[in-house]
Amino acid sequence: RREAARGAPQGRKMGKKKVLLMGKQGSGKTSMRSIIFANYLANDTRRLSPTLDVEHSNVRFLGDLVLNLWDCGGQEHFYESYFDSQRDEIFRGVEVLIYVFDIETPDADKDFGYFDGVLQAIEQNSPDARIFCLVHKMDLVGEEHMRDATFEEWKARISEHSRDMAMEYFQTSIWDETLYRAWSSIVYSLIPNVGLLESHLEEFCNICDADEIVLFERATFLVISHSTARPYRDPHRFEKVSNIIKQFKLSCSKSNAHAAFDGMEVSNSTFKAFIEKFTSNTYIMVIISKDTAAQTATVQLNINAAKQHFERFVPQTTGL
Amino acid sequence: PQSAKRHATSAQKMTEAWDYGSSINTFPESVEVDPSILSEASPKVLLVGARRSGKSSIYRVLFSKMSPHETLFLESTNALEISRISNSKLITFQIWDFPGGFDPRGEFQYGDAVVGPSTAYSGSTAVVMCVDAQVGLEGEALRRIIDTAEAASTINPSVRLHVFIHKVDGELFPSDDEKLETKTQIVTLINDHLEENNIHISVTYSLTSIYDNSISECFSKVVQELIPSYGVLEKLLDTLNSTCNIEKSFIFDVMSKLYYATDSNPVDLQTHELCSDMIDVVIDISGIYGAVTEVGGRPKVQAYDAASASAIKLSNELVLYLREVSTSLALVCLVRARNFKKRGLIDYNIDTFKTALAEIFEPEASEAQAER
Repeated sequence: RREAARGAPQGRKMGKKKVLLMGKQGSGKTSMRSIIFANYLANDTRRLSPTLDVEHSNVRFLGDLVLNLWDCGGQEHFYESYFDSQRDEIFRGVEVLIYVFDIETPDADKDFGYFDGVLQAIEQNSPDARIFCLVHKMDLVGEEHMRDATFEEWKARISEHSRDMAMEYFQTSIWDETLYRAWSSIVYSLIPNVGLLESHLEEFCNICDADEIVLFERATFLVISHSTARPYRDPHRFEKVSNIIKQFKLSCSKSNAHAAFDGMEVSNSTFKAFIEKFTSNTYIMVIISKDTAAQTATVQLNINAAKQHFERFVPQTTGL
Repeated sequence: PQSAKRHATSAQKMTEAWDYGSSINTFPESVEVDPSILSEASPKVLLVGARRSGKSSIYRVLFSKMSPHETLFLESTNALEISRISNSKLITFQIWDFPGGFDPRGEFQYGDAVVGPSTAYSGSTAVVMCVDAQVGLEGEALRRIIDTAEAASTINPSVRLHVFIHKVDGELFPSDDEKLETKTQIVTLINDHLEENNIHISVTYSLTSIYDNSISECFSKVVQELIPSYGVLEKLLDTLNSTCNIEKSFIFDVMSKLYYATDSNPVDLQTHELCSDMIDVVIDISGIYGAVTEVGGRPKVQAYDAASASAIKLSNELVLYLREVSTSLALVCLVRARNFKKRGLIDYNIDTFKTALAEIFEPEASEAQAER
């Protein structure tokens, strides 16, 4: 295992990865970005004002990965300039394009017009870019059971405009965990050698005799990787846990103690969950269901022992 | 901002009976009526106030897990609705949600029964008077408070009136200054009127909003006054704190997140909020990873059970510790990290606390247990 880790390609700095975030004005791009990366609560996003032109932010992720977020203001005249004078600068070297569709839009035809223009520019300048389409503000669909139908309608319409380019679709809302699911997938796609990371995690899971192990990025609590040893009924549990912990972290920082959340354990008679700081950029969650005192003690020991191994290994998955 | 708040200025003696409008106390049949509830001798909390003052929203947010934003769409309550809250063995109480604008001295229908002030205000009763701080207090709203106070204190001198100066959120209350100013005005106004009309009743005033923790904190204090064993619980918690070097402890009902008891040290609102948020974390994570059992043919997650526990480490050397102490009840405490090292001792003392609690709830059962 150690040989394999050292054997991974070294020295190649991945540098910045360019992520374009586009969509019409008021579609929710800046709110999303603020919640995932800048520690805003959904309620706080009401105070954000419209983005003017392009807002650049560099977000550190996993320590050495830097997401170069281009949050493009969605107002009309900015769109004109994107396709005109700034076209090459904006659309060249893009790793990921995230396009946000606001289901409340008054003019879907115009929105799709812009989408066509963006896709064309991407096809010409960054044909290998991964494309994610977020169908956003799903909380505004009245009934839960209508959400899937609405999402499918939008998916169908978007794929008509897709110019046969491969795309991934997500339904999202800032008011629940769907936001985390989408962004986890986006960031996951940016982590090189993630398969190798997962096989190491699987081995660790076996050693601990754990039911499940999940690796989270420290600042955003987005899921990086996981290993599961038994079936679980809820496929959306990862983003739910992201959401739960993130909310609590924010709650902590707002208290007068200005304390940061360090780690936790939660248990009842059927399971024990440990959430601990792991490497310098990650948190680990270990779930066990066997109820022995020895089990609990060994999990802690194993986590501590594994930290060093993964500390050397995780940065290498980002190519440094 | 000033224009939205109108308050009556001078205290007036009530010379004439206020006309609340005829036959407003007779309503169409309410949705759920349980006539047997009237004959239960439970403590009760009456929610009264003007129309749209926020009574039902308070009930829904605290007991039906409704999000505050959703309450904007709640329809007006048209008839008296009575609910029973019996999540734990510590207390079972009723909540009477009145329609806005009712006559506090009159009789009202509840299904086929007719209920009068002698039933409403008797027994162990707390009256929560909702005042919409964004609208202000004058005219009928003010009169209702005074009439309610008079009716209640006449029938039952031990009734306590809790004035919730409600909806202190949004643009009109950007900071604590505006809230305190409104509170001072309303407190003076009501106290003057009560004095002028020679009404003697115990009144408390609180600033509340469903958009933050204040509603939970203030409603908790209302319910605490209805718990006969409160004094004992407080002493038990004080003892637990001193034996384990715990900074602060609460007994929370995990379903409503109201706290039914705390030690005698002052309650720091942010500590309370942190403990309340911890319960969410524990319940949510347990709901995901707890084992699934079949209950009546349907899968159900065993989320909160007798072995539920959690410890959250904070970066400032503090630990939040939660332990189940009875059905739906959690002991949540704040401990310094260095004192938490003696976790075995803390757990042992909490187990003792649990036993003591069981004795309070069911003294006969505990005695039988001891004899065996």
